[in-house]
Amino acid sequence: MEILNWMAKFGTYAVMAGILIFALGVVTLRNLFHCALCLAAALIGTAVIYVVLQAEYLAAIQILLYVGAVVTLIIFAIMLTEHLAETTIRQNNSQSPLAIAGLLGFVALLTALILKTPWPITQTALKAKVSVMGLGKALMGAYAFPFEVISIILIAALIGTVVIAKKDDPEERS
Amino acid sequence: MIRSIEFYIDMIFVTAKVWILDLLSRFLPDWMVVFASIVISSVVILCLGPVIMMYLTLLERKLIGRIQNRYGPNRVGKWGLLQPIADGIKMFTKEDIVPANADKIVHLLAPIVIVVPALMVFLVVPFGERMTAVNLNIGLLYFIAVSSVTVLPIFMGSWASRNKYSLLGGMRTAAQMISYEIPMTLAVVPAIMMSQSLSTNTIVLAQVGDYDLHWFIFTPWGIVGFIVFFLCATAECNRPPFDLPEAESELVAGFHTEYSGMKFALFYMAEYMNTFTLCGIAATLFLGGWQGPFLPSWLWFFGKTFVLICVMIWFRGTFPRFRVDHLMGFAWKFLLPLTLVNILLTALWQFTSDLEAWFWSILVLGISLWILVKLNRTFVPEKRKYLLVD
Amino acid sequence: MIVLPLPHILIFSLLLFAIGVYGALVRRNIIGILISIELMLNAANINLIAFSKYTSLSPETGQIFALFVIAIAATAAAVGLAIVLALYRVRKTVQANEVNLLKW
Repeated sequence: MEILNWMAKFGTYAVMAGILIFALGVVTLRNLFHCALCLAAALIGTAVIYVVLQAEYLAAIQILLYVGAVVTLIIFAIMLTEHLAETTIRQNNSQSPLAIAGLLGFVALLTALILKTPWPITQTALKAKVSVMGLGKALMGAYAFPFEVISIILIAALIGTVVIAKKDDPEERS
Repeated sequence: MIRSIEFYIDMIFVTAKVWILDLLSRFLPDWMVVFASIVISSVVILCLGPVIMMYLTLLERKLIGRIQNRYGPNRVGKWGLLQPIADGIKMFTKEDIVPANADKIVHLLAPIVIVVPALMVFLVVPFGERMTAVNLNIGLLYFIAVSSVTVLPIFMGSWASRNKYSLLGGMRTAAQMISYEIPMTLAVVPAIMMSQSLSTNTIVLAQVGDYDLHWFIFTPWGIVGFIVFFLCATAECNRPPFDLPEAESELVAGFHTEYSGMKFALFYMAEYMNTFTLCGIAATLFLGGWQGPFLPSWLWFFGKTFVLICVMIWFRGTFPRFRVDHLMGFAWKFLLPLTLVNILLTALWQFTSDLEAWFWSILVLGISLWILVKLNRTFVPEKRKYLLVD
Repeated sequence: MIVLPLPHILIFSLLLFAIGVYGALVRRNIIGILISIELMLNAANINLIAFSKYTSLSPETGQIFALFVIAIAATAAAVGLAIVLALYRVRKTVQANEVNLLKW
């Protein structure tokens, strides 16, 4: 059974590498539609990582919301704002080398920090299993206030989006 | 312990799999037996899916033919039984035409990506008493999440074809599918509330009762939930009367205009497999799944699913098509508030006793349906009065 | 149950975040910038869940916060894309360097 454990770890690292490759595709491809598809692939890979971290409910919610709704929204916006074959414009602006240098420094600094910190990993946390019922009780119990605030934010966003994106009909002004 | 013959017929597939794994574990190491178990389940699903799809196409053509007072296909086999094989040969040998301006990679990927979720949802469908392929404890949420990924390849197919009609059809199809996902998800919530679990097997077990009267469909919220879920399932599979996006007389063929041969066969296969799984889940959630008195459990499941599929085919032969603004208005303005009222009804059922519960449920349901119908009155012109001129 | 060492997951989400920041800083298309912001929010989510699994006293905290982050990310994407659509209608472009009327 050791082999299965080893294969599962190898698979997880492979999925992580895949997510990073798709993320690189998101930020460098010229065709914006391909970027959106690479984003969808990266988000599905992230859902697999959530399953490995034993957060299965959140993995299903991630696929339902991000891939099913947010990526759909992005693709709708791409289709409504782009001509059918516009792939010749350069995607990066002139700050590209500076950004790469700055970010490499940032990543190096934080990697050193992460490897040095003594993380307080507890066995009780590793063995704890979160059930959907536990999440529901927490949402209605300890986190009821953020839950209500989120519902207000969502209504505000819904109404705001519809108002901003509506076409102004000339007849309606009169 | 010798059990009755019914038990053995019921467990025939489970017993077969356990026997094969036993045989393999004599000369294979432990981890390979785990792999073999996964491979057996996958192979069964990969064989079951396309075979079901093939004979569903035949069933549909024969039933539509009978509704329209003609025979369906009956030349190829005895009752047309070899017709799907002839269709398959036709699809395999057709020329694969890709438009010159099309985005080749995305054009190839779209039919592949649409078949994968259609096959993945077979994993949580409870075919029989211990015959769920993977008994996830978030089974139903997995089903809803994976079937919501189906919207993406429709965009891919319509955009990559570089065709105005494909784009229009694809956007309408995607808008329809995401609109009908929300009432579908909310219509399932009462079943989850009453069985306290998201696992499909537990939901079926929560409907066990005396003489099968505890099926969720025999409760007020169950009837409403089942009807809403069934209508949303018909819309999710792009079946008539919700098939404006792929109507041949209006939009050439919607998002799969530019596909021919095997790629079109994959789109077709995904639609029929979605039909089967959605009817299967409707039977599981509301009609009691694999329960029934005398026959083995898997026979009951396939029977109930078959009845629901015949009702969907009946819809196809009977109703005219919805117009696109009626379609969207129906989902957002009628079905969505109805599902929210349904959740309220479920809570009412839980907290009152039996007869009183029916009375209050019918009262609340009657008032809310009346309000919704009044609010949804589309513009109907008054009847004109014609005066005869003498 | 697979137990990866915690620093590995943290470095992975750091790299994902850095790729998202690079995209947000460098891309010209406004929708491209919004897509990179989604990547950043995802990296933060992976961090939240990893910490909740490895070091937290109450294991639901990380997952509930991740749920809220997903909701807020969807909200931000929706409002951002509505603004992009309105902008496209007026200025007929979605390149960030051409929307420069307020520049001094």
